[in-house]
Amino acid sequence: MSFINYLSREINCKIVYYGPGLCGKTTNLQHIYNKTNPEAKGKMISLATETERTLFFDFLPLALGEIRGFKTRFHLYTVPGQVFYDASRKLILKGVDGVVFVADSQIARMEANIESMENLRTNLAEQGYSLDKLPHVIQYNKRDMPGIASVEELRQILNPNGVPDFGAVATTGEGVFETLKAIAKLVLTELKRGGGAGGR
Amino acid sequence: MANPQMVMYEEEFNLIQGIVDRLVREANAQVVFIIDKNGQLIAASGETDQLDTTSLASLTAGNIAATGGIAKLLRENEFTTQFHEGERANIHIQLVGNRVILVVIFDNKTSLGLVRLRVKKASEELNGIFEQLLAKVQDPDHETPFAEITDDDIDNLFND
Ligand SMILES: Nc1nc2c(ncn2[C@@H]2O[C@H](COP(=O)(O)OP(=O)(O)O)[C@@H](O)[C@H]2O)c(=O)[nH]1
Ligand SMILES: [Mg+2]
Repeated sequence: MSFINYLSREINCKIVYYGPGLCGKTTNLQHIYNKTNPEAKGKMISLATETERTLFFDFLPLALGEIRGFKTRFHLYTVPGQVFYDASRKLILKGVDGVVFVADSQIARMEANIESMENLRTNLAEQGYSLDKLPHVIQYNKRDMPGIASVEELRQILNPNGVPDFGAVATTGEGVFETLKAIAKLVLTELKRGGGAGGR
Repeated sequence: MANPQMVMYEEEFNLIQGIVDRLVREANAQVVFIIDKNGQLIAASGETDQLDTTSLASLTAGNIAATGGIAKLLRENEFTTQFHEGERANIHIQLVGNRVILVVIFDNKTSLGLVRLRVKKASEELNGIFEQLLAKVQDPDHETPFAEITDDDIDNLFND
């Protein structure tokens, strides 16, 4: 649910990075944080366990620039990927404007990708959203690893609707900003279209 | 429609800011702020200079969301009030109309009793204003800055 403030002339949007555990969601945000000018970002907050696994969420506020005199601000969130944190994932999806689904390219993680994608659909549906109507993009991460599926294979399984998708190596930053720009663009385009929040 | 969009106009903002300013004074609080349930800051007043209000807003919303999740598991309605007591700072969190969150940070210059009393009054007023806002947003004719945005505008955002 975007928030338009006519007084401060700001548009605020919420983007959630979703995907199986250890696919690289937190790493995406860390790279964005490290490569953004101090004046364009707020503090990155990570509610993590002692072993640096995401416990509740990571949060990064980001300013992307102005459109027609309105400052665009994006609040980026990641969800905890492990299956047993499902209740927390549902909470973080509330009010979402756009989703980045981060897939782990390793063949051994294909099941986990599919399960997480189904989980995303289910959790959105519970809140009256439909993934098909919600702006979303897909990132095939860990392209540098051995034992990975080809992008074509991943696409066939995870992206039947043909939404924008990107290969990435989040640890080096490859593909990270391309992914972010694509989702920001989809979210703003959806707002322009007069929709928003995927459920209308 | 899962969630109506949150919009803030000058008229309502001034009313809200007035309530928040008054609450700081009347409750003798350090800081008062209002956020929506998604963690967007709506208004703030008091000694906000040293505070990272963006982070506070997101964490408070996360907190309310988590507590709301617990309430659901217990088949409770939302827990509408939370209070955390620290050594120097205390924080009082109030869910208003199940839509926005009113946060008061205060020290020992005041009392929980006074804060509660003032929050109650402010909540009632705020509830009315947010209902008015919602009605405006749901009016299909309400103005939007997006109608005039072109694809080029969006592209240009990323050309640096
Ligand atoms: N080789 C490689 N490792 C990655 C990549 N992206 C993330 N990682 C590593 O994978 C692990 C889990 O990443 P993290 O971002 O915490 O995953 P999350 O559970 O989705 O938040 C960390 O050790 C990262 O350094 C990548 O593109 N390539
Ligand atoms: Mg993580």
